[in-house]
Amino acid sequence: MKKQLLSAILCASMVAGTFAGAGAVMADDAAAEGSVLNVKVWNTEFISRVTDHYPGYEKVDDTTGKIGDVTVNWQITANEGNAYQDNLDQALLAQADAAPDDKVDMFLIEADYALKYVNAETPVAMSMEELGITEDDLSKQYEYTKDVVRDANGVQRASSWQTAASGLIFNREAAKEVLGTDDLDAVQEAVKDWDTFNETAAKMKEAGYKMTASANDTYRVYSNNVTKKWVEDGQIQIDDNIMKWVEDSKALVDAEETGTFDLWSDDWSKGFYPEGKVFCYFGPAWFFNFCLAADDEGSIAHNGGWGFVNGPQGFNWGGTWICGAVGTDNPTLVKDIILAMTTDNDIMKDIAQKDTDCVNNREVLAELAADDSGNVALLGGQNPYGVLSAGAELIDMKNISSYDQGCNEKFQQVMKGYFDGTSTLEEALAQFDSEVKTLYPALA
Amino acid sequence: MGAKKKSKVVAYNKWGYIFLIPFIVVYCVFQLYPLIMTIYNSFFINFMDGLSHIGPKFTGLGNYRKLLASGDIWKYFGNTMIMWVAGFIPQIIFSLLLAAWFTDPSLRLKGQRFFKTVIYLPNLIMASAFSMLFFTLFADSGPINSILVAMHIIDKPFKFMSYTVPVRSLIAFMNFVMWFGNTTILLMAGMMGIDPSLFEAAEVDGATSKQIFFRITLPLLRPILVYVMITSLIGGLQMFDVPSVLTNRTGNPGATSKTLIMFLNDQLRSKNYGMGGALSVLLFIITGILSILVFRFSNERETKRRRDKDK
Repeated sequence: MKKQLLSAILCASMVAGTFAGAGAVMADDAAAEGSVLNVKVWNTEFISRVTDHYPGYEKVDDTTGKIGDVTVNWQITANEGNAYQDNLDQALLAQADAAPDDKVDMFLIEADYALKYVNAETPVAMSMEELGITEDDLSKQYEYTKDVVRDANGVQRASSWQTAASGLIFNREAAKEVLGTDDLDAVQEAVKDWDTFNETAAKMKEAGYKMTASANDTYRVYSNNVTKKWVEDGQIQIDDNIMKWVEDSKALVDAEETGTFDLWSDDWSKGFYPEGKVFCYFGPAWFFNFCLAADDEGSIAHNGGWGFVNGPQGFNWGGTWICGAVGTDNPTLVKDIILAMTTDNDIMKDIAQKDTDCVNNREVLAELAADDSGNVALLGGQNPYGVLSAGAELIDMKNISSYDQGCNEKFQQVMKGYFDGTSTLEEALAQFDSEVKTLYPALA
Repeated sequence: MGAKKKSKVVAYNKWGYIFLIPFIVVYCVFQLYPLIMTIYNSFFINFMDGLSHIGPKFTGLGNYRKLLASGDIWKYFGNTMIMWVAGFIPQIIFSLLLAAWFTDPSLRLKGQRFFKTVIYLPNLIMASAFSMLFFTLFADSGPINSILVAMHIIDKPFKFMSYTVPVRSLIAFMNFVMWFGNTTILLMAGMMGIDPSLFEAAEVDGATSKQIFFRITLPLLRPILVYVMITSLIGGLQMFDVPSVLTNRTGNPGATSKTLIMFLNDQLRSKNYGMGGALSVLLFIITGILSILVFRFSNERETKRRRDKDK
């Protein structure tokens, strides 16, 4: 009996020892992961999402935070002039030799240049599988958000918390004044295709409104509905729908129904205020919250003066994807952040409601569309989620190439000269060709 | 015996060399080495395509051929020269006039120090800040347009940034305002170096101030004028920050305000070391040729004048 007791105690202690050992190993594992999480971003959008919604995140200051014992180090480089990518490339190319605490752990990318970073030949972003995230985890996400970030072998290497399905955001006052109503169906009827859109533009001009602030506003709508890639087999090609943008926009500019300002410029954003006299902007959900100056008293958004409809063609604009960097020393934390921010229903619903972001989650969007919880104040209480989620299902991003960012940017830049009348169409196209080839020597 | 003699000689010149070391080291590391590498790189295909590195692959003069064949380089060279000349002409006229007034003792100008400081001030502002200021002032809804509309000079805002002539003029004007103070100071130094007895003699002989300026001041100022021209030319060919900031890197409208260095900067976005190197070397050659031309042109007149005098 004593012997039995002894052996039982010994057994118990052995088992306990194993557990203790396992516990020690697990603790070691966590300790083996780095104490610094370096995240590369180009603006504060994702920082505020994590600050507000990631459980256990404590803000230290604007660019640092803490998750448990890990210090989160936000490294912000503005997008302007390619600075973000230059900075990111430099860090990623030096990743192998960097000290563990200096390694990039996570970085963000946009659709325009996603293919550059999810390339299988130069792997810099871990695949979802390597991170331990399964297809099942990502099943509620919209297909196109996964397609954009697949490499040539179909392996998904990033995940997004938002969909950037976009539509037309119109000024309700202008709609009432010119179209006689701000009823959504009636407004959609007035902008249902490009011909009708252009007819409405003429009416807007008579009433002293510009249809859009700039010709560049509609660019994304056309360029997202193309049938050809910008670059195929090393050849630059211009899609018919993009040439249609040129034709339509030239007519609008000549009739003074729109301007030629650069997006994000001061002149362009005058229309966020009633005095700016602009009928509509085009944009996705992140545009509502991030761009329309809703915090400014006197802005249209502040007074709930915008409405949201599909517009002439559905399109996608931007969207941010999260990548786990190859070589990270915090893979578990990276996995957890990606899972929490891009698949967790509660967190994503919270994001949608607090930040008016259109989250990448079918279930949450269906819930929001179903009741008043999805109403948006700056849209005058309208619930845009039905329109947005229908749009997200339809987006097709098959025609993207790794050169899209430069092509889109340069094309708008050279066409400004044509719209303003300083260069002919031929000159502008020749200039485009030369600018793109300078930018991407691989195409020359 | 010989050794003893040597030790008595104090070799001061070694200190000269020792004091030169920091300069030589810095020069070699930061100037000579990059210079040689630039020339070396210009013979290679070497750039980034996305995240993959293409090259380096030797291509001989391939980069040069490509650059010269495309014709872009001449377009941007033309833009650069037009904007430089448009800024340099008013700059030299104003500077000569101001320098002549400041150095003329018979005018007894009051507050000279104050004005000398004021005309130099624009040069103290960073070019990019100055350019940003103009960008804001002349924006379509900027203050200049508001003032012009309010004064009923124009009925709707003029798009300064959408037309070639206004954009080039603004760039030339900014360069003029930034540099005329500097030029004035240089020319003044030159004028004050002229023997005053020549001016007195001319005055005694009854020469008008116009005659004094054109017959005495200008010819004797030639070496300084040549110096000013060459330095301004080199500075002009390297024009970058003002047009780049004013046009948001685009050189719009229609790339008519894109300068050679902005073109060089474009090459760097894809880390195109080969093409960037080739462009830099061509720029070096162009600068060299133009400088020699200016130098020859002004020196020839000098020697010809001397020859005439001898006859």
